[in-house]
Amino acid sequence: MIRFDQVSKRYPGSNQALQDVSFNIEQGEMVYVTGHSGAGKSTLLKLIAALERPTSGTVLINQQNISHLRSAAVPFLRRKFGLVFQDHKLLYDRNCFDNVVLPLHINGISGNEAARRVRAALDKVGLLDKEKAMPITLSGGEQQRLAIARAVVSRPAVLIADEPTGNLDETYAREIMQLFNAFQQVGVTVIIATHDVRDIKPQAKVLTLSHGRLTSQTGSTVGATA
Amino acid sequence: MRVWLNQHAQAFSQVTRRMRSHKLATFLMFMLMGVTLCLPGTLYVIVDNLNRLAGDIQSDSQISLFLKLDIDSGTIHDIGEKLRAHPRIQEHRFVSRDEAWENLQQNADTAAIAGNLERNPLPDAFFLIPVPLTPEEIEQLQKELQQWDGVELAQVDTDWIKRLNAILQLGQKGIMVLVALLGFALVVIIGNTIRLQILTQREEIEVSKLIGATDSFIRRPFLYAGTIYGLGGGLVAWLLLVGIISLFNLTVAELAELYASGFRLDLPSIQTGLTIIASTVFLSWLGSYIAVNRSLAQFD
Repeated sequence: MIRFDQVSKRYPGSNQALQDVSFNIEQGEMVYVTGHSGAGKSTLLKLIAALERPTSGTVLINQQNISHLRSAAVPFLRRKFGLVFQDHKLLYDRNCFDNVVLPLHINGISGNEAARRVRAALDKVGLLDKEKAMPITLSGGEQQRLAIARAVVSRPAVLIADEPTGNLDETYAREIMQLFNAFQQVGVTVIIATHDVRDIKPQAKVLTLSHGRLTSQTGSTVGATA
Repeated sequence: MRVWLNQHAQAFSQVTRRMRSHKLATFLMFMLMGVTLCLPGTLYVIVDNLNRLAGDIQSDSQISLFLKLDIDSGTIHDIGEKLRAHPRIQEHRFVSRDEAWENLQQNADTAAIAGNLERNPLPDAFFLIPVPLTPEEIEQLQKELQQWDGVELAQVDTDWIKRLNAILQLGQKGIMVLVALLGFALVVIIGNTIRLQILTQREEIEVSKLIGATDSFIRRPFLYAGTIYGLGGGLVAWLLLVGIISLFNLTVAELAELYASGFRLDLPSIQTGLTIIASTVFLSWLGSYIAVNRSLAQFD
């Protein structure tokens, strides 16, 4: 469902962020993107989520070439993805419930239906009792789980996480990775960028980047779900 | 359709919630807009009323037809007949020179003047009241009467009415310029207010864009905010206007009484009020639209 074909990305005034990257991700796969910091992991995720457009090559998402996408259509493509950012990007001026309900409001869902789905998402990440709490009062791990709740509340087909365990200690990190595994098991495609090789499950697909090039591509669980 | 309505309801309740939590700021914004707009509004109502007054005076205008001193009674009769038949003359009254002389002598104010005169200097005269006419038509009529046989002078005092009209027109133009300038100022003020609000919600907008909000989703609450500011500002302007005109009327009534007139300033009509509100709503919507679009362009 996600296909990169000789994709390059260059930011103005900097080195090549990605060079000739080609790969294929099937629905329901668990994919890790690894590499040293600055290898292009974040850029790769941004290209998948249509937050950036490639300088050359083609990025196909559900057979749609994002280079040819009208900018008015981009928001609708982004809604297919649940994004978990390295720095959470939570809104600290509102409580947990209001943070998680934002994607639903964007999709035009409100009222009881929205409340029900927000609680379901909070329940899944174990924060149901923190509904009214302000995000700033949560621990680092809880904030990250809140960010995951926001990413999954609109039931996206693809969950993308950039260094989700980056600033967490081992216990919290393990919890978070278990959460991602749980989502993958119910059929969500999960793509995680991480520099922490401990995280990686053996049956997952691993894309290793080095200085913007894809140096290895191992494992695949296509057979398991597709 | 339901999704669309939902999104509008959400944006609206989000904005009203924010305004309720910033009551003073919202109130001051309403006042700012109201005061700005009630200035040209007041001038407009005054000029409008003066126009009405000038119109009343115009239709009241009289023409005095002074006849030649050596005129004979046959010609006077002829002129009387012609006046009766004239379609533009509603009423005419003949005052003979002897009658006028008598009046002059009897009137306490003018008796002294009359006493100094050896003989009657007054001509025979007709005093005419035309049907309601425009100043141009009155001038035309005056020229026509001047041509008649036996008429020494056809006098109508339209000059001051013309001057008044010119001044009122100037006033109206002045108001237009004022409205344009203040309208522009309003767009800028609202634009700036909305821009500051956008800055305080920068993070929310950024995150919303990242997770798939369309531009119109982001624009909507700000456009609602602008529209509500316009609505509140327009209402304040209308209320201030009614207050100011009522206050003026207390003095105007006294003044008019001295001139034995029942003249009052008319309060702004419902239509004027709605026009004021509609224009403030439009201007502030425009201001917020411009501000939001500029900011959205910067986010990309």
